[in-house]
Amino acid sequence: MNVDWTPAQTAEFNRRRRSRNFALGLVLGALVLIFFGVSLVKMLP
Amino acid sequence: MTVATSTAVDGFVVTAPPGVSFADWRDYLALLKPRVMSLVIFSAACALLTAPGHVHPFIGAIAILCVAIGAGASGALNQWYEADIDALMKRTADRPLPAGRVSPDEALAFGVALAVGSVAVMGLAVNWLAAGILAGSIVFYAVIYTVWLKRRTPQNIVIGGAAGAFPPLIGWAAVTGDVTLLPWLMFAIIFLWTPPHFWSLALFMEADYAKAGVPMLPVVAGETATRRQILLYSLLLVPVTALPWALGLTGWVYGSVAVVTGAIFIVRALAVYRNTATLAAEMGPEKRLFKYSLLHLFLVFAAMVADHWIVA
Repeated sequence: MNVDWTPAQTAEFNRRRRSRNFALGLVLGALVLIFFGVSLVKMLP
Repeated sequence: MTVATSTAVDGFVVTAPPGVSFADWRDYLALLKPRVMSLVIFSAACALLTAPGHVHPFIGAIAILCVAIGAGASGALNQWYEADIDALMKRTADRPLPAGRVSPDEALAFGVALAVGSVAVMGLAVNWLAAGILAGSIVFYAVIYTVWLKRRTPQNIVIGGAAGAFPPLIGWAAVTGDVTLLPWLMFAIIFLWTPPHFWSLALFMEADYAKAGVPMLPVVAGETATRRQILLYSLLLVPVTALPWALGLTGWVYGSVAVVTGAIFIVRALAVYRNTATLAAEMGPEKRLFKYSLLHLFLVFAAMVADHWIVA
């Protein structure tokens, strides 16, 4: 990425991107669990 | 349109190039308006717990989650559309969009994705009536209230209040697949509660709304007319709150809580009506009514659940 940031600004950008990616990972994991759980509830008698 | 985002780092404003986000996960959380969401979750959960019949606890939890995400989507779409006026008000200037941490494109995509996702999951996992009402509430808040009413009429809160009143219908429909009289009365309680709640806030935040050009009632009609309207809506709210008990749909626990909290509501609304202050610093009764109205709604809905589970 070609941007004119100081090392501190780049580090802050990386920290925020990591936090977003981590949150997205949690959301996707939760979705997997939700669909798995719903499937179980709907299929079981 | 792709807009560059900017944020303050080490005291300097940093601008990220288009397509590069400087947002933190907390900014996305803020787009969901978590405080508004908590009230929505609570009212939907109360209806779900009060409704007759049985729903699997996991499906019930999914229904509440969908209501929460749908409300969050409405909040994100609202903030996307209102970024210009949010930037003018002290209370909202630090939201992710006016502060430049999230671009309009990101907020719009986030809101639409959550709206579609919450409705689809509600329909597939719970039932399509609940999903339809959820979709209707999102459209009502994002389009009817935010786009159409808010900047055009001082009655914005009255009609827009319906958007916040949908969650009990959704919670009830999630259990029964139907909407009967009691959830409609819960709808009516929130609908009539909204004007006194928001107009008391608007009275002591009037300068902010005037600066942003939002035609809230105190800005357009003045403080005296707003105080009269607060009292009138409070006088309508209290008997409607007692209706579920009067019609025999709930028991004495709910009835006594509705009557006592309603009486306090009227006393507080009368104090607002009698107040003649024009400065926010002297609007103690308005601030007290605003805070009490939150407690009132919480107690009334909690009493409805208690009545169903403890007494019945």
